[in-house]
Amino acid sequence: MKDFVKGVKDGLPICFGYVSVAFAFGIFAIGSGLSIFESLIISMTNVTSAGQLSAVPIIAGGGTLIELAVTQLVINLRYSLMSVSLSQKFGPSIRLVDRFILAFVNTDEVFGVASSKPEKLNRNYMYGLILTPYLGWSLGTLAGALAGDIFPPMVTSALGVAIYGMFIAIVLIPSKKHKSTAMCVVFAIALSCVFYYVPVLHKIPQGFSIIICAVAASLLFSVIAPIRTEDNEHEV
Amino acid sequence: MKYNFFIYILVMAGITYLIRMLPLVLIKKQIKNQFVLSFLYYVPYAVLAVMTFPAVFYATSSVVSACVGVAIALILAYLEKSLLVISFSSCLGVFLTELIMKYM
Repeated sequence: MKDFVKGVKDGLPICFGYVSVAFAFGIFAIGSGLSIFESLIISMTNVTSAGQLSAVPIIAGGGTLIELAVTQLVINLRYSLMSVSLSQKFGPSIRLVDRFILAFVNTDEVFGVASSKPEKLNRNYMYGLILTPYLGWSLGTLAGALAGDIFPPMVTSALGVAIYGMFIAIVLIPSKKHKSTAMCVVFAIALSCVFYYVPVLHKIPQGFSIIICAVAASLLFSVIAPIRTEDNEHEV
Repeated sequence: MKYNFFIYILVMAGITYLIRMLPLVLIKKQIKNQFVLSFLYYVPYAVLAVMTFPAVFYATSSVVSACVGVAIALILAYLEKSLLVISFSSCLGVFLTELIMKYM
């Protein structure tokens, strides 16, 4: 129970961030011609921001299933990296059936928080962690779809940085203590800026460029600054 | 819509779930290879950094307010405040900045 509460506490900032993004998604989906029910079902079955945003115009516009499948594969492929990484963090309390359930809500943010924990992850903690983000994502979509624009634009604008504030914290704290991590992060950001600001590269789908930049930076630093095994092993 | 809505959902949710589930279920042994371990150590930080920059500067209604939000997050993260405090303060900073900009 203590671990579950700890998970819920760590999941709340993710939940708050999701409510605003999901809210915006709800408005977007309705605007694209989907029903309230359809918008909600998409969020409840996918739990991915970029993937869902890219899928709505395809579904609403009568795109092919191939197009939908390829878009989702490319944009969401980064989750496979996160799942590989997360598989190493799971402690013995997490059974096979838990893995099938937890995989469903392995989002960028849940992964970010889970992998920032120095210790092996416990089953109750993980369920606590995914609970409020999932609810926030689903209910946020419903609220957005139902009420349209109830928040004044200034509030939605401010909430837009919520998730990024968390990301910055998750990345900066270990970077402060570990020089190679800091250098890897700076290198990855530089690559990301190149992909964003160079016109030809900007055409690459976002899901692809995230994978390219992150994998390139991680590979480079695994070669030039490998992590010693003892740094990587933690007590259960 | 060309196909039934639920066929779209099945394809979309199915692919997304398989991407997430397969590695999590299939890889259960502890990886010992130092290169692989190093790679897996760096990936999350690199992914989060790449997703944040430069996208965060365009996440609010002005680059100026976004910069204030980023600055607040950087300072509070450096001081090792909790995620919730950092996230909220960052939003508040953006909100106040946009409020000031509106009446200037």
